[in-house]
Amino acid sequence: MTHTQKRIITNNIVMVLSTLSAIIGIGFLFWILGVLVINGVDALSWTIFSEEGAPPGYEDSGLKHALIGQFMIVGVATLFGVPLGVLAGTYLSEYGQKSKLAETIRDISDIMMSAPSIVIGAFVYAIVVAPMGHFSGWAGSVALTIIMLPIILRTTDDMLQLVPSTLREAAFALGAPKYKVITQVVYRGAKAGILTGILLGVARVAGETAPLLFTSFNDNFLNTDMMEPMASLTVTMYNYATSPYEDWQKLGWAAAFILSMFILTLNILGRLIIMKRKGK
Amino acid sequence: MSLIIDKIFAHSTKLVAISVLFLVAWIFTVLFQHSMESMQALGFDFVTETKWAPNLEKFGALPAIYGSIVSTFLAMILAVPLAIGVAIFLSELAPAKLKSPVGVSIELLAAIPSVIYGMWGLFYFVPIIRDTFGGIGISMLTAGIVLSIMILPFMAAVTRDAMNTTPDILKESAYALGGTKWDVIKDIVIPYAKAGIIGSFILALGRAIGETMAVTFVMGNVHKISLDLTAPATSIPVTLANEFTEADTDLYYSSLFELSLLLLVISFTIISIAKFYFLRRTRVA
Repeated sequence: MTHTQKRIITNNIVMVLSTLSAIIGIGFLFWILGVLVINGVDALSWTIFSEEGAPPGYEDSGLKHALIGQFMIVGVATLFGVPLGVLAGTYLSEYGQKSKLAETIRDISDIMMSAPSIVIGAFVYAIVVAPMGHFSGWAGSVALTIIMLPIILRTTDDMLQLVPSTLREAAFALGAPKYKVITQVVYRGAKAGILTGILLGVARVAGETAPLLFTSFNDNFLNTDMMEPMASLTVTMYNYATSPYEDWQKLGWAAAFILSMFILTLNILGRLIIMKRKGK
Repeated sequence: MSLIIDKIFAHSTKLVAISVLFLVAWIFTVLFQHSMESMQALGFDFVTETKWAPNLEKFGALPAIYGSIVSTFLAMILAVPLAIGVAIFLSELAPAKLKSPVGVSIELLAAIPSVIYGMWGLFYFVPIIRDTFGGIGISMLTAGIVLSIMILPFMAAVTRDAMNTTPDILKESAYALGGTKWDVIKDIVIPYAKAGIIGSFILALGRAIGETMAVTFVMGNVHKISLDLTAPATSIPVTLANEFTEADTDLYYSSLFELSLLLLVISFTIISIAKFYFLRRTRVA
């Protein structure tokens, strides 16, 4: 066998192997997606949205409590996380720039983005739940805010840096003070990017379960008082899926499906906004 | 007037930005303070003792540490070759028509919350493990496999991005010299993207070790070191998820906080290594 033939054969073997691993990897992932869609669609019904949790065996049980709880916990976290993240990102891009302080904040935020979220849960337990004496929706929101902050901060920073400095200079030349330049020129230029960052940040925290386990805890019934323990889709999903009751497991799949669709929609929306902007 | 607003705006952005640093320091401090009791009572035995029996006030974290290391190691062994395969396929092999849809769906799968991977593992993968290897199916092996599938999309996407940074002109030069695709991948793409690829693996490792929900469903939370991979086991995050709301004594709480601190320190270190040592040039989120 000549050297060339050997190389061609090795090449073919590697190509087959890598295509095969791609097929295996992608196959597994589509298996999960398929399972999710089949079980989820099967479990969906109107009572899911209109009824609260019920003991196993009841006909009329739903996820209304978890949907509303999820919405409130994530909503409050967004309300805090977005302005804080955008402000901090503004500092990095517009004031700190390449300074040592700004670079350190960037590095620490990057690390925080990958840090284990269950540890954030333990931290919030110590500073919110323990002093209050009980679990609460607020504690859950605080945990999610902490997780969201570095994500919004980094995307805002990146997106503001993409705004051409000539725009800023033009505004300065007209005599505008810096805060006006930032709020009226830079923010406008980076609007789409910041929005995408927010969507991805919300999508990320909406799927968090671990930090909610011992902050907002859970409640099998509807509760809209943030001072009390609150249901979330993710914790409800965990509790129902690990229960031995078939109807609860089914509700768990419904919760999984609704949550995944929500998260995928936000992700796709974020991509579309960015793409549209690039297209211009 | 506008000068004052200007100052207020500038300072408030700075304040919020710096508070991120304070927040991280605060997290470490709080976890450390709450671990004090267990550190004083148990000392170094905490990480060497194999017995975890809260009712006897015995807290040995070694089974959880062992479980974290073994399950993550299993996940990496399985995920790394698959991720490389997927990345090579996406960056070098796939026809242009497939590249974008497959690439995007992999990225979207990375966004699916880990609790769903765990649920899939419990209902669909546990029975397979049970039928193939015996036992109850809830085991270290199951946890490793589910974890590997969970980190695969992230790993593949980041590895592909790293490979895509190779300038076309380098690859074209190699092809012009008569290189096969594999020659180009092994002699041009991989050496060029090496730092990025290794960095993304280590980053995935850092994420996997702190991953809670994907493994909590399928690991069993049994504090026992067993060489049998098909036996139930536990890991640091699994212990935390299962026992945090059950802790009834101060020492129990404190030892759970010590576990949290340990986990945070471990993953902080791994992620920092990935970020500062390997990903300095290529910026990967």
